[in-house]
Amino acid sequence: MEMLIPIIVTLVGAATPILIAALGELVAEKSGVLNLGVEGMMLVGAIAGFVAQFYTGNPYLALLCGAFAGAAVSLIFAFLTLSLSANQTATGLALTIFGTGLSALAGAPYSAKPIALMQPLFPDMLARDPFWRVFFGYSFPVYFSFIMVAAIWWFLKRTRSGLILRAVGENDHSAHSIGYSVTGVRYAAVVFGGAMAGIAGACFPLLLTPQWAESMTAGRGWIAVALVVFASWRPLRLLAGAYLFGLVMTMELYAKAGGGVLAVIPSELWAALPYLATIVVLVLISIRRDASTNAPACLGKPFMPTN
Amino acid sequence: MDASMPHRLELIGITKRFPGVLANDNVSFSVKPGEIHALLGENGAGKSTLVKMIYGIMQPDAGEIVWDGQRTVVANPKAARALGIGMVFQHFSLFEALTVLENIALGMDAKIPARELEARIRAVMTQYGLLLDPHRTVATLSVGERQRIEIVRALLLDPKLLIMDEPTSVLTPQEVEQLFDVLRKLAAGGCSILYISHKLHEIKALCDTATILRGGKLVDTCDPKAETSRSMAEKMIGAGLKDIVRAPGRTMGLPKLVVSRLSTKKSGHFDVPVDSVSFVVKAGEIFGIAGVAGNGQNALLDALSGEILGEDKDAITIDGFPLGLLDTTGRRRHGLCAVPEERNGHAAVGDFTLSDNSILTARNRLGMVVLGLINSGAAKTYTGKVITDFAVKALGPSSTAGSLSGGNLQKYIMGREILQRPTVLVVSQPTWGVDAGAAAAIHQALVDLAAEGSAIVVISQDLDELLALCDTLAVINAGQLSDAQKVGEISVEEIGLLMGGVHGTSEARDAIPA
Repeated sequence: MEMLIPIIVTLVGAATPILIAALGELVAEKSGVLNLGVEGMMLVGAIAGFVAQFYTGNPYLALLCGAFAGAAVSLIFAFLTLSLSANQTATGLALTIFGTGLSALAGAPYSAKPIALMQPLFPDMLARDPFWRVFFGYSFPVYFSFIMVAAIWWFLKRTRSGLILRAVGENDHSAHSIGYSVTGVRYAAVVFGGAMAGIAGACFPLLLTPQWAESMTAGRGWIAVALVVFASWRPLRLLAGAYLFGLVMTMELYAKAGGGVLAVIPSELWAALPYLATIVVLVLISIRRDASTNAPACLGKPFMPTN
Repeated sequence: MDASMPHRLELIGITKRFPGVLANDNVSFSVKPGEIHALLGENGAGKSTLVKMIYGIMQPDAGEIVWDGQRTVVANPKAARALGIGMVFQHFSLFEALTVLENIALGMDAKIPARELEARIRAVMTQYGLLLDPHRTVATLSVGERQRIEIVRALLLDPKLLIMDEPTSVLTPQEVEQLFDVLRKLAAGGCSILYISHKLHEIKALCDTATILRGGKLVDTCDPKAETSRSMAEKMIGAGLKDIVRAPGRTMGLPKLVVSRLSTKKSGHFDVPVDSVSFVVKAGEIFGIAGVAGNGQNALLDALSGEILGEDKDAITIDGFPLGLLDTTGRRRHGLCAVPEERNGHAAVGDFTLSDNSILTARNRLGMVVLGLINSGAAKTYTGKVITDFAVKALGPSSTAGSLSGGNLQKYIMGREILQRPTVLVVSQPTWGVDAGAAAAIHQALVDLAAEGSAIVVISQDLDELLALCDTLAVINAGQLSDAQKVGEISVEEIGLLMGGVHGTSEARDAIPA
């Protein structure tokens, strides 16, 4: 038991940023846009969040700054791919490189300067309780991620706007001919994805390591992208997937720290597991071949109205 | 219909220019309330462009649209729907992964709760006899069922003008009658209908007025009931119409294509497999397969072309040579060429040039690939010949297939296969969406190919086409093929019963769950 609770707490910490970033990417992909720049947007969000926390000490403002920074960077992507019809894959990769470089530049003056971690949302009585901290010991972003799973599921499944978003991702030309603004919907979805990635990035200095380090998101943005496919574009599966990936990452940490049985498998292999799992799932999905794979039919295809 | 009534829709001098082509040149006509008005013309005559401007998808370069006596700018389809203009597209604008209900909801501008919308959909379906399950995913529906969604979607808006683009090409004679009943009911209720079709006898049966376009210009507005199909067709193509010419005293040769107990496996949950199909086509014979969409035609075509690999080598033979185990390339080598129903994406690659598309199916039969290298000169020459012989409107062999209109692409694809002089040609929907002039040319080419001794199988949902073209006819229903009968010895009613009669079961399958 005393082993289990720290593991769960670590797991939640590892899973939350991935989940938030993946939810944003899911919405963008549902509208038909493949944004591979999640890692870059997360890093920009991370440095923005770090700087805001460093100067104001207000973690909510820091999250907000992260969201704005992520959204701003995603607008570059949106302009290039949606307005100028640039290739989404290439632009997404470029965005990651750009975000990595920009955050390193902006973060250079702040290395080795600590900030305060975000405090738990609930009062100490619950949050510091040896048992109840499993449920109440986390700060706002953890609960936010859960709310967003439900909210995005509801939005996509139950609201008219969500239906339009799915329609745009499914058949852009039909959506256009009915009279929906394909580009407008996709801009909104990409910017939402950027904001979520920014929040996810800001979680790193605010929740995990209270200082700035270059490339501190350590590839989690890529895991978020993989997770969307792994979850076959379903928010609830995304939740399960994020925690499964989070668990594997926690195992990796314990393995690195020489955690007994876990060390039997080298930590590098643990680190590779999420990607291997994604490949396995992709293979399984393509074997099944029916429509239930749920991939948006227009994913990654630029939209150019014919008239 | 009182002459003093204001026009529902009036077009004054509509002009639309695209780079290199004048799609509509000073077109003016008007539609009265409750009038069923036909819009006739060949492919590329400018019908689609014209209705796209009425529906607000495009804007005219010059001219006015007057709606209910008011000058109007139809800024976008939403504005068109707000005016009361509904449209049923020829190429359905449906979302495959979404349900019928979600698809219809997307076409509605007013926000209606899902439950209320469903109730209204069921009401409209019952009123007009359009049966569909609102919760089915579109990907699992047949072409005919998909069209019903479009019609229901348009009807839910209580339109004052309904534009229908080639609506009957996928329906059985009985379904066409049902659709006409729906349209007549609507017209009687005051809704005007703009009906685009190339089936002239339908226009005679249904429409009050016909406006004929040729090369973007209005050539005539006439009363279709006072015209003959032939006279309208001639106005449309601006020349005399050629009848199918058959060589006199034609005799059929020995059995060429023998299909025996050909079956396929069910692969998707919508897929209708073929079940132990047997037939014989003689040299020089045109064998027609009628049937409502979604009764196994696709599986039959794929099984014949080799796209679905067979398990029995003797299931398909040509001149006694077993082809059952060969793939498409192997079958093409042995003289069996096939044209699938879907033009863009199946019969041709939209992003490829016509020349490259020719290489895809004609490379072995016409020696376009030597030692693994493409002989692009041969491909260009051949494609140029197809374009000339079949009057394909394309800039040349290096135009992309996707840039051609549907009818022109079909002419190219038919030409590409026919000029390969196949021993056996299997075609599905050879003239779907193709105008009368081009359809006649395609039919003539098929007849000529048969006269040279090829065996031809035509799978079509257009009964008139089959009756005009074929020597022998069989009906496919739920994957099973009826006995072959000589055309001329079987009545349209009998065929209709075969197509729909056994279909009593399919009515039950399609019925709305209570």
